[in-house]
Amino acid sequence: MSIEARFRLRRGGFHLDVAFEVPARGVTALFGPSGCGKTTVLRVFAGLERPPGGLLRVDGETWQDGRRFVPSHRRGVGYVFQEPSLFPHLSVRGNLDYAARRAPRGGGVGLDEAVALLGLEALLDRRPAQLSGGERQRVAIARALAAAPRLLLLDEPLAAVDLARRREILPYLERLHRELAVPVIYVSHAPDEVARLADHLVLMDGGRIRGHGPVAEMLTRLDLPLALGPDAEALVEAVVAGHDDRYGLTYLDSAAGRFTVTGCALPAGQPVRLRIAARDVSLTLERQSGTSILNIVPATVEALAPAGPAQVTVRLDAGGVLLLARITRKSAEALELAPGRRVYAQAKSVALLS
Amino acid sequence: MLEPADITALAITLKLAGVSTLILIVLGTPLAWWLARSRRRWKLVVEALVALPLVLPPTVLGFYLLVALGPEGPVGALLAALGGRPLAFTFPGLVVGSVIYSLPFVVQPLRDAFAATGGRPLEVAATLRASPLDRFFTVAVPLAWPGFLTAAVLGFAHTVGEFGVVLMIGGNIPGETRVASIAIYDHAETLDYARAHVLSALLLGLSFVMLLAVYALNRRARLVAA
Repeated sequence: MSIEARFRLRRGGFHLDVAFEVPARGVTALFGPSGCGKTTVLRVFAGLERPPGGLLRVDGETWQDGRRFVPSHRRGVGYVFQEPSLFPHLSVRGNLDYAARRAPRGGGVGLDEAVALLGLEALLDRRPAQLSGGERQRVAIARALAAAPRLLLLDEPLAAVDLARRREILPYLERLHRELAVPVIYVSHAPDEVARLADHLVLMDGGRIRGHGPVAEMLTRLDLPLALGPDAEALVEAVVAGHDDRYGLTYLDSAAGRFTVTGCALPAGQPVRLRIAARDVSLTLERQSGTSILNIVPATVEALAPAGPAQVTVRLDAGGVLLLARITRKSAEALELAPGRRVYAQAKSVALLS
Repeated sequence: MLEPADITALAITLKLAGVSTLILIVLGTPLAWWLARSRRRWKLVVEALVALPLVLPPTVLGFYLLVALGPEGPVGALLAALGGRPLAFTFPGLVVGSVIYSLPFVVQPLRDAFAATGGRPLEVAATLRASPLDRFFTVAVPLAWPGFLTAAVLGFAHTVGEFGVVLMIGGNIPGETRVASIAIYDHAETLDYARAHVLSALLLGLSFVMLLAVYALNRRARLVAA
């Protein structure tokens, strides 16, 4: 089952030309700079914009094609707008009830579950005007869930809140990602949110789609700007293998091999996501022994691309896991790096994301 | 103090204002909604037409209504053909005149209230599976509530203060079309200042209290919204 979108839209001088297909499960991030048309794409999904002749299919159901146009209120989308848009004349409970009363019976998340998931128990009798920005956005997310949506649309839900509130909401979104089956389209221009939440990535720029695919692959594709920028990074799915209390370390197993990070409290068996910045990865031809670096995995060079005048980005395959290394052109020549070359990738720093 | 004939005149005034306000809210709400939401170019024409009673001498409006509603007029002739009687010099005729005369006082606050709500709450409601009618009654109307109160009070107060239109199409039939403002005019004409004073003071007080209520409500609505 998939989410398929194909449409063109003109708004003044702005042209939006979009075509992509992503799986109807997990989180799909629509990622791109401000003003590239991400919000408009979400509005088309919600039926709030109607591009002539567009095509929109979600999970086998046609929401729009040449003949049909399903209006917003019959689509069953949960839409969280960039600025929290609670009904000011209703309490928090009233806002949630508004959604729950109109939801199909037995579908999706119940009201109580939505309240628990976003930690709203203490806020139910408050008015929207009495809530902080972060609290309002949490209520807006819970309200969207209480509507038992078939597709959840999140439009930069963290953009309107400050950094502290962002740290407050992100765990809830990660929980949503782990615990709910409803597919999510998440609009963002923050790489950090994408790295934490996305399973799939649709890359947009200037009203066009630059590429789409699984997030780990998209981040390491050398024909896309993400892998060549200064903050290029790779994502590794791993499982907590165990803790070493003597040194305060945690071991994580992935298809690429074992990674070691400074200790965390997660239980063994917990799936986690690791982030490894390209600039923290160096390459050697033989496994180094006299080194302080703990994270060393064998890999095969897949491709190289110039990144600036003096550096290259190397895409590596480590047991099916895609990694990036940012090294100097001089080193690449000295090591005779070329596709197929076997190397060892050593990561100076590995960040645990969840 | 208040003579029976004046009490009757006051009662007719209040009845006229009440009935007219009710009809105005019912007719004015969809009109105001359309004015607030539509992007059609000829919306301007409708807006100007609605505002016309603000600037037109009431006698002009009354004159055209008299011509239209009289037995020879188009509306009067149509009513006669349907077996009814002409509306000129009747209470229903006054209601028709009042509805047109007070239209801007009801439509404009409603339009402004709908416009101030903006499109976002309605979009939210739409994504939460509320049908257009559902969103209108559960979101648009509650959010525009202060506008409804303002519209009702202004429509009522303005109809109470009506004179020129009533004079033209209502005549001055005691117990039927003789409203308080006409009664005051009659008393002044016949130099019965005592009775004119009583009625005038009552209308003055009533109008002031109603306007005070409007401003108090608006202030409260602003405080709640802030």
